[in-house]
Amino acid sequence: MSNDNSKNANNRSLIALITIVRKEVTRFSRIWMQTIIPPAITMGLYFILFSTLLGARIGQMAGFDYIQYIAPGIIMMSIITNSYSNVVSSFFGAKFQRHIEEILVSPVPNYVILIGYVSGGICRGVIVGTLVTLVALFFTDLSIHSYSVTLIVVILTSALFSICGLINAIFAQKFDDISIVPTFVLTPLTYLGGVFYSIDLLPDVWRQISLFNPVLYMVNAFRYGILGHSDIQVNYALTMICFFTVLLAFISHELLRRGTGLKT
Amino acid sequence: MMNNHTPALEITNLTKTYRGKVTALSNITLHVEEGDFFALLGPNGAGKSTAIGIISSLVRKTDGVVKIFGIDIDDDFEKAKSLIGIVPQEINFNQFETVSEIIINQAGYFGIDRKTAKARTNDVLKQTQLWEKRDEVSRNLSGGMKRRLMISRALVHQPKLLILDEPTAGVDIEVRRSMWEFLSKLNKSGTTIILTTHYLEEAERLCRNIAIIDNGEIVENTSMQTLLQKLRNETFVFECATEVEKIPNLLGTEITRIDSQRFEIIIDNSSSLNQIFKTLSDSGIQVASMRNKNNRLEELFLNLVNSNE
Repeated sequence: MSNDNSKNANNRSLIALITIVRKEVTRFSRIWMQTIIPPAITMGLYFILFSTLLGARIGQMAGFDYIQYIAPGIIMMSIITNSYSNVVSSFFGAKFQRHIEEILVSPVPNYVILIGYVSGGICRGVIVGTLVTLVALFFTDLSIHSYSVTLIVVILTSALFSICGLINAIFAQKFDDISIVPTFVLTPLTYLGGVFYSIDLLPDVWRQISLFNPVLYMVNAFRYGILGHSDIQVNYALTMICFFTVLLAFISHELLRRGTGLKT
Repeated sequence: MMNNHTPALEITNLTKTYRGKVTALSNITLHVEEGDFFALLGPNGAGKSTAIGIISSLVRKTDGVVKIFGIDIDDDFEKAKSLIGIVPQEINFNQFETVSEIIINQAGYFGIDRKTAKARTNDVLKQTQLWEKRDEVSRNLSGGMKRRLMISRALVHQPKLLILDEPTAGVDIEVRRSMWEFLSKLNKSGTTIILTTHYLEEAERLCRNIAIIDNGEIVENTSMQTLLQKLRNETFVFECATEVEKIPNLLGTEITRIDSQRFEIIIDNSSSLNQIFKTLSDSGIQVASMRNKNNRLEELFLNLVNSNE
């Protein structure tokens, strides 16, 4: 009897999870002109600038053509920003319009809310990342060095930044609050996270400071997955990404359980 | 284990203090029996929405016990929530989704598979007369339709307890009356309903039991009939067929002339209307019409709330 109840509860949670993910994917697909196409255009401009205009003058980096070297970083940058912005805007929008209450008054466990929104962020990150990769193939050759590392890094990174977006949305009280973190934290970290250069080019002090930038680990782990080259130990990078994903998932679950920013 | 004697809602010593300072609910205790149509009345800021917020998990209680069909929300809130349907005061659905999407998604949150969800969505939309609008984006609906959409959404998982927070606020009389009819039918089919409203006529017409809440305290909790019997005086306006020169003395009443053909009579509940009509008739006064001047419940409500101040 108790097994049946538990099976029913799990089945209900699975249906609720599928509902949230479907709703999230429908949301960003419906506004694809705002969510899917702009990153592909922006990243396409980077490729134009760094392949034909500047790339030849810069020369090679770590034994690769410059455009080939930065392509994984640019793809990862689009995954990071899109997974983050998907969850932060969707969850805050739901809070702002109060339709988050539809989920809160339902028997949906907090972990299902967390996984549902994060899955939506992962979906958008992966779709945009794939599109940007297709754009990159017009400018350079990319052959995947390690499928497993590439896949793990894409999923974990988009999950991690989706969780960050969720935490931002939980605390946000107004629309300004959901643009502050991307503008003043996420963008600098991404641009200084080794997307456009190898940290081996930096003076030792700046190299050491760069090691505190979490984006550096993601960009380099992804670059290893694609090109087989990384400025840092890939195992160490993967461990760090896993650690922060689990830590932030735990924190966000606790915030949902307490009803921070959602319940009075 | 649920049984017939388990109340649909059992609130014991419920307290809510916001930020440790403002007390919205002070030690309230309330029972709503299964199958009841229950009114929760109170002025703005009395604590009605806070109580509903706690029952539906949108507000954290400070102290006290809330049980839904015997299930303590502290023990198994998810199970308790599966038995409740909430129709909030404010519009709170996604304005960019269609009517059907909103209801199907809500069913999904309650763990109802998509095929069943679609079938039930069709049913509730037909019941609430929104079927024609099923593919309409919700922001394009009229105010009354938005209210009905929220009712449809609250019903899709077939709750045993439906809580409506001022569901007819801002809707026209025709829509209001059709909603009354719908809610009455729903209640007769076995759904327990708790209603908060500012339209006291609505509570008097629909509800069997009532609680009046003011300043976070229950100031009255009884049957509607008992409450109305507490009214000592009622005011009737008499309109006569012809001009009345002199109004006869009517014992036990207080008379105020309005104009040459109309006058008000305040009658206490021990007086007989038959006697009044007889006296008027004996004096040659022909009554063309008579109406109750005040909404009785409104009068009583104001008395109770004022005496609590």
